[in-house]
Amino acid sequence: MLKQIEGSRAVAETVALCRPEVVCAYPISPQTHIVEAVGELVKSGALAPCEYINVESEFAAMSVAIGASAAGARAYTATASQGLLFMVEAIYNASGLGLPIVMTVANRAIGAPINIWNDHSDALSQRDSGWIQLFAETNQEAADLHIQAFRLAEALCLPVMVCMDGFILTHAYERVDLPTQQQVDAFLPRYEPRQVLDPLDPVTIGAMVGPEAFTEVRYLAHYRQEQALEMIPEIATNFTAAFGRDSGGLVRPYRLEDAETVVLALGSVLGTIKDVIDEMRDAGVKIGVLGIVSYRPFPAEAIRAAMSHAKRWVVVEKALAVGMGGVVSTDVRMALDPALHQVGTAAIAGLGGRAITKDSLRRLFDTVVDGTAEPLHFLDLNLPVVKHELERMGSLRRSGPIAENLLKHLGAVAARIA
Amino acid sequence: MGYTPVKFYQTGTHTIGNRLLPADARTVQSDDDRANALSCGHRACQGCGEALGARYAVDAAMRAVGGDLVAANATGCLEVFSTPYPETSWQIPWIHSLFGNAPAIATGLAAAMKAKGKATRVIAQGGDGGTTDIGFGCLSGMFERNDDVLYICYDNEAYMNTGVQRSSATPPAARTATTPALGAAPGNVFGQGKDVPRIALAHEIPYVATATVANLRDLEAKVTHAMSLHGARYIHVLVPCPLGWGTASHDTIKIARLAVETGLFPVFEGGNGDVTGVLKIRAKRPVEEYLKPQKRFAHLFKDATGAATIARLQAIADRNIARYGLIDPAAEV
Ligand SMILES: Cc1ncc(C[n+]2csc(CCOP(=O)(O)OP(=O)(O)O)c2C)c(N)n1
Ligand code: SF4
Ligand SMILES: [Mg+2]
Repeated sequence: MLKQIEGSRAVAETVALCRPEVVCAYPISPQTHIVEAVGELVKSGALAPCEYINVESEFAAMSVAIGASAAGARAYTATASQGLLFMVEAIYNASGLGLPIVMTVANRAIGAPINIWNDHSDALSQRDSGWIQLFAETNQEAADLHIQAFRLAEALCLPVMVCMDGFILTHAYERVDLPTQQQVDAFLPRYEPRQVLDPLDPVTIGAMVGPEAFTEVRYLAHYRQEQALEMIPEIATNFTAAFGRDSGGLVRPYRLEDAETVVLALGSVLGTIKDVIDEMRDAGVKIGVLGIVSYRPFPAEAIRAAMSHAKRWVVVEKALAVGMGGVVSTDVRMALDPALHQVGTAAIAGLGGRAITKDSLRRLFDTVVDGTAEPLHFLDLNLPVVKHELERMGSLRRSGPIAENLLKHLGAVAARIA
Repeated sequence: MGYTPVKFYQTGTHTIGNRLLPADARTVQSDDDRANALSCGHRACQGCGEALGARYAVDAAMRAVGGDLVAANATGCLEVFSTPYPETSWQIPWIHSLFGNAPAIATGLAAAMKAKGKATRVIAQGGDGGTTDIGFGCLSGMFERNDDVLYICYDNEAYMNTGVQRSSATPPAARTATTPALGAAPGNVFGQGKDVPRIALAHEIPYVATATVANLRDLEAKVTHAMSLHGARYIHVLVPCPLGWGTASHDTIKIARLAVETGLFPVFEGGNGDVTGVLKIRAKRPVEEYLKPQKRFAHLFKDATGAATIARLQAIADRNIARYGLIDPAAEV
């Protein structure tokens, strides 16, 4: 059914259609509306049977989900940013144990300095955690990916993060086509665990493993992610057949035919990027877009194939590997055929919610097309402010806290959410 | 042949679960059908109080619920010595996730059972470090929500699995690897530490108890009672650790009993905020009797300077005795 609905609400209603049996909630912006809405559906009886647990921390949220999943229940939670980091030990544990938990990550920056706005630092910090990570471009896709996520997670016994941009998607009211319960039930079979704590057939889960088998256990985790590379497109195809629209998959090409320059990105920024690409195409530039839906597993082959004719590429990255540069671009570089000598740029953009405008993107893409782009570029970096602070630090030992100094220097502008 | 009455409490306590007692008075361990939840083959040290306590507690829980039980375990000695890959000593469905999340894992297990309409009961267990320190947030959360979990803490008063470091359950003056017997105030600091059984009581949960491996009957009875209730329940068991405490393997029970008889470890039960029962002691024993056999307190007996510290420990014991009204000349212990 088509609804004009907030992204968070659409996700919550879709999650409810997936019939989770245990949902754990701990609030953090911009995830709050999701868990609030699921809570409402449980409290009203619309989602039953389901235990909704107000836990005392994100660490507990993931731990409760682990316990529930190990007892054979379909488990769901949602978080963002500091919350994701607070649960990290349990995140690795969930994947290590092979428990198919589904979690929404309402992507948000990581402090310090504390910042509630969107970027991808949170999810990307967990790229090696063993979770499958899918990034939604729109609210429709965010909703749809949850249905696919439960199916994928349970088929492979791996946990799945569905990442959606905080505020930009979670708080946006858009038209979303929500499926019916019958449709979801037909698509998503009952959860049949591979391992379950059952007194009739007792097993030990989480035993100590030494060097004699640890590598093999880890290899199997990697192997199952490789299986996911095949399963994700299959599930997306089945989804299209069942629901009548495209959602998910590994990568999403846009105007890529004959493109000599390729822009890669994750999440909602793809919308803005496509608008810019349309304009550039109209101006005759051979440029296209490759959206990455599945960040883990990383679809190296699909990316290599899609970019075989590209000469130059740029990843618009909403995260920064401090001391290194790009996060996604490092993986992209690994995926490409070295014989082709394709020139790449990591463009760090949108950190802490900074708006990524069409104008800025256009300027960036122009430099990529004409070959003048640096390998590492910070989109819209305010250089004078940076220089000013560097000078302060050079001349004063007790120069004070950097973030506060920058804000002072910016003055009234700082109060504006740009 | 004439009838010779058997004196069961030759050890002065109810330690023995004797098969000669009437059936309903026998211990769970004396029952041929006991669960053997923690079976032989584990790697605990000789005389490990934790292994002993866990075996009695889990078997009692198993009997109380007809075997329909699952367990979550925190990281620590109990977890490590019971599951050396690829073997396990657990005969029950058992999960280990992390050091600090056993209470939350158990919450998840209980929630799943409820959602699935199953009657399966849930226990969680951990050492003092896993319980009173790193898992304390999760424990308090589980208590506060009154989740249907019995949590059992096996308190050996330090982080044993990592080599005997101080926890918030380590007693003052005790030597650990991080509170060495050096300097002007050797051993652990006075005036620190947490009394988690009392904190548990303050959560107004239905059942809180302390116990020791010196009185395994009492431990079994408390676990059995706890399993007759629903909601969050907490049992804190003192389990001497020969390795960490520097005691003889064969003295585990004796040391635990001395902890009780000196008043240093009050054994009580209660619920909904109140203490309702106390294990009385016939006569107070001086704390030296408890401290002396333990190498972790050896520095107190090296020279005369230890006397003042021993007096401070005696004051703690005396305070417990007064607070819980521990002395009763008619008591069995
Ligand atoms: C997050 C984390 N920090 C530290 C450790 C290391 N560690 C494992 S077991 C343990 C000690 C356990 O002490 P306790 O809970 O008292 O149990 P015991 O071994 O004494 O029975 C420690 C510190 C860990 N596994 N995880
Ligand atoms: S170190 Fe202590 S607690 Fe650990 S197994 Fe040995 S005796 Fe038991
Ligand atoms: Mg300990």
